[in-house]
Amino acid sequence: MATMKFMCDAERCIECNGCVTACKNANEVEWGIQRRRVVTLNDGEPSEVSISVACMHCDDAPCIAVCPTETLFQRDDGIVLHDKDLCIGCGYCLYACPFGAPQFPKENAFGERGKMDKCTFCAGGPAETAEEEYQKYGANRIAEGKLPLCAEMCSTKALLAGDAQEVADIFRQRVVQRGHKDGGWSGNQRREQNRARTGQPDLSAADTLAYDATQQG
Amino acid sequence: MSKSIPWWALWRLPLLALVLVASLGAAQFALAQADPDREAATAVPAVDADAWRQIKSGETGPNYRDSRFDSNYNLINASGETWRQIRDRWVSPFGVIAVVGMIVVIALFYLVFGRKKLDEPRTGRKLPRWSLMVRSLHWTVATLFILLALTGLNLAFGKAIFRPVFGDGAWAAMMSGTKLIHNYLGPLFGILLVILLVRLLADNIPRKHDLNWFAKGGGLIGKGHPDAGFANAGEKVWYWLLATAGIAVIISGLVMDFPNYGQGRDTMQWANIIHAVGAFGLTAVALGHIYIGTLGTEGSFEAMATGYVDETWAKEHHNLWYEQVKDQAIPGEQLEAASRSSTGDEPEPRSG
Repeated sequence: MATMKFMCDAERCIECNGCVTACKNANEVEWGIQRRRVVTLNDGEPSEVSISVACMHCDDAPCIAVCPTETLFQRDDGIVLHDKDLCIGCGYCLYACPFGAPQFPKENAFGERGKMDKCTFCAGGPAETAEEEYQKYGANRIAEGKLPLCAEMCSTKALLAGDAQEVADIFRQRVVQRGHKDGGWSGNQRREQNRARTGQPDLSAADTLAYDATQQG
Repeated sequence: MSKSIPWWALWRLPLLALVLVASLGAAQFALAQADPDREAATAVPAVDADAWRQIKSGETGPNYRDSRFDSNYNLINASGETWRQIRDRWVSPFGVIAVVGMIVVIALFYLVFGRKKLDEPRTGRKLPRWSLMVRSLHWTVATLFILLALTGLNLAFGKAIFRPVFGDGAWAAMMSGTKLIHNYLGPLFGILLVILLVRLLADNIPRKHDLNWFAKGGGLIGKGHPDAGFANAGEKVWYWLLATAGIAVIISGLVMDFPNYGQGRDTMQWANIIHAVGAFGLTAVALGHIYIGTLGTEGSFEAMATGYVDETWAKEHHNLWYEQVKDQAIPGEQLEAASRSSTGDEPEPRSG
């Protein structure tokens, strides 16, 4: 059985927000809900880096553990879904989620939360009919043999979705192609060594960032 | 008038294009030769140790961007897992132990010691103890407390018990109702409890003789009743628990009940832990309060039900208060006559 995962290659993400738009379009989510977000760290600095974030469909999902109504559940293929008929809007999943994925429409006075909404990996959710499923949870592209639209439409293929093994293989290949120790994103070792030696960050190459565009893979 | 270019000069354009394409190709070739070190130096700096530190600390800084509208989130909610572990590993199991343990202790105490009877026979003369105002407040707060405790316990543990029993449809309706009751009655409980606490403050100031009451375990150790004023030291402990833990539960409840004031996830995590610890503790102690006020002690329940206590009860349980008010005692028959007439057309007499 496949285990479905997202992965965002931060070296490729150009903060175009295409994934955010694709998600909104594919799932027709409510006003005020944005299942996917793009976070940029150190915006405008040489060390700027962007990453697209939504539900990461955790193996040991904290939201499932803390939900008082068992709204959240995990499919056999690892996709974490929610049953809107059970949700009471307590917000515990929001407290626990590492990625800020669960969101609540503000339906009533005093900020009372409506029913939780989050990324479904474009796999819909529990419903009687296809229409009801689309209306409550958005598209079920997985049932049609397609991957989440955010990843399919990513212009730089930074955002990958699919079986964890295949996603890992693609990313590993990219890291090898990049040909240097920092090809992944598990820590910039050379920079760290340099920084430890000189006591300050190495910004000497900051002006030639454009060379990055030649990366293959 | 601008200088026009003759048509035969246009042959230069394809040539220009050719040169451009050739130079691009050359550039591509040159760049592809870039050595790994140069690549590394110019790659997007990935995520270094500093960035991870920043992400983990939750600090966002002025150059942090989140494309989501109105977001106050950082990249990783690092405290979420801490909250989950505290709640699921410690607070929930020990909450069960506290509440169920209290029920077991009370049941054992009742089986071993039985009901605390009055030592002397009743005199039949009654002393006014609780005014109609205090009784109304007490029973309203008590009803709300029980409703909030039951709904709260359902929110914490209901999924383990009721979902398999009722099935999804009834279970979903039950949980929505539970949350509505809990969230809407909570603030009402808070307001009324504060009023009740203010009303009873004067009677619950700690006194020196309260220490002796504790030393004698409220009369369990040794013979006879220790000294007590209007409220004994045990009642004062319950009062001050409500005045401290109770207020903490109310405030933390309001923090979670009204998420429209921009409080972050971290604030609500702590509010949830404070709320749960305080509420489990108060529920456990409330079971003791309910036992002592009903089954546990002869003559106590009628105080909060009718507003009056028997002279003997007052003398034994609250001797210092009895000394102050003993001349106000009225014969029980007179009281009954007054309450009978109040059920008719005559206006109810003011009690207390």
